[in-house]
Amino acid sequence: MTTHTVQRVSTGRRLKDRLVQTLVYLAFAVAVIPLISVLWLVIKNGLARFDLDFLTHSMRGIGARDIGGGAYHAILGTLEQVLLASLISVPIGLLTAIYLVEYGRGGRLSRAISFFVDVMTGIPSVVAGLFVLAFWVLALGMPFSGFAGALALSILMMPTVVRSTEEMLLLVPGDLREASYALGVPKWRTIVKVVLPTALTGIVTGVMLAIARVAGETAPLMLTVFFTDSINSDPFNGPQMGLPLYVFDQARRPTDIAVDRAWTGALTLILIVMLLNLVARLIAWWRSPARGR
Amino acid sequence: MSQQIQVSGLDAYYGRHKAIEDISMTIEPNTITAFIGPSGCGKSTFLRTLNRMHEVIPGARVEGKVLLDGEDLYGPGVEPVSVRRMIGMVFQRPNPFPTMSIYENVAAGLRLNGRRSKSEVDGIVETSLKGANLWNEVKDRLGKPGAGLSGGQQQRLCIARAIAVRPEVLLMDEPCSALDPISTLAIEDLMAELKSQFTIIIVTHNMQQAARVSDRTAFFNLAGQGQPGRVIEMDETSRIFTNPSQKATEDYITGRFG
Repeated sequence: MTTHTVQRVSTGRRLKDRLVQTLVYLAFAVAVIPLISVLWLVIKNGLARFDLDFLTHSMRGIGARDIGGGAYHAILGTLEQVLLASLISVPIGLLTAIYLVEYGRGGRLSRAISFFVDVMTGIPSVVAGLFVLAFWVLALGMPFSGFAGALALSILMMPTVVRSTEEMLLLVPGDLREASYALGVPKWRTIVKVVLPTALTGIVTGVMLAIARVAGETAPLMLTVFFTDSINSDPFNGPQMGLPLYVFDQARRPTDIAVDRAWTGALTLILIVMLLNLVARLIAWWRSPARGR
Repeated sequence: MSQQIQVSGLDAYYGRHKAIEDISMTIEPNTITAFIGPSGCGKSTFLRTLNRMHEVIPGARVEGKVLLDGEDLYGPGVEPVSVRRMIGMVFQRPNPFPTMSIYENVAAGLRLNGRRSKSEVDGIVETSLKGANLWNEVKDRLGKPGAGLSGGQQQRLCIARAIAVRPEVLLMDEPCSALDPISTLAIEDLMAELKSQFTIIIVTHNMQQAARVSDRTAFFNLAGQGQPGRVIEMDETSRIFTNPSQKATEDYITGRFG
């Protein structure tokens, strides 16, 4: 029998612990600094013009040197384009992920789909815009419109939705599916009533990330929704505006007044994405099982 | 009304691997049958072939016949879904649906299969929870999540969920292996009560449990390493545990191997 004594933590180990702790905190600070400085700049510069006028007026008839003007047309355009893009890509993405996880199960077709989804993830946003320009606008002769922009955005959203949904569905334990089958519940009903609700919170988060990503895309919009200074509430007809386009457009104008408008546009965009996120979180929380505990 | 189960010449495969071979047995209505045997000898696989849950696993298939009251469950045109409504199952680990309340968990089989009025479902939920000896513990918090219960309560919730769809047969795959002795006793008592309404088949690694609860016992064993599992002996439980006819059975129950 050997006797054991309680050992004290040696000075060397304590020093190493301190060192690593410091490094981790430093790394965290380095990661957070850009975030905070971006937020700070946007808020500081954007607040100057963040008023009711800005939110309710378009840029119709307002030049670079004129004060006033707003981004109502761009806010409206962004909301419509993102909504349309979500309406296209979320159902397709969800169904694709369900197929991959619940039905495909590593077969040849599902491996091919997985591969192409990965390829799609890497498509630069300009290329998505060019594709819609070439196919929808030039080849089919459709007009520049919010819908054309939504098509380009949905190409960018789809792989993100598929991937995040797939991950979440894979996290649902097989036990639950079996429990449902063993009750005599058909497979499709098991997916709709058991698997999807269990993964709902994660799926909503994934969709929100995808929306946040495309809401700030500029390049594909330039090629598909074009520019306008007027309000166009019809996303299927004629050029529209989007907030990223608005920021881009105002920022390159030569006056401080226009640049201020660009900052405020950027602030508005951040606020919209945050608001959407908040709403989605609320919905997910409201539906979550842990609430009643 | 419970019905007789007759199995004849049943083989089950995982891909090309044959897991069980040539199993034949008759299980009488309103009895408890225990399957015992060393790990990996196909007890659970066989249990899962009885309600067509085996084929849920990719590449798994079954050959042979399972007759429930004379009708072949593997006959052409038989819907696996309808088989599972007649033959319910309780799993090794309690698996209540995490997104559902206690009430919704018990009602799941009814609700997920559509129809039925609220009052009817209310009645079935209450009788099922009473049947699973859980009613008194949960009647004041039916709206709370099922996952918030203790392990033993969760398992009884799963039993309530299984009996709510009024199956003929109840399959239990090591239902007490994750539970403490008091919860185990509660479930064993419950099985003795449920026997009057259902035919129960239980897989267990606990020999005392098999001896305590079952009327008949089947001993499963592998013919050898990598060989499919078979039924070595099936008889009255009292006979199996006092005077088995096979040497292997005696060795196993006396703890000489396995």
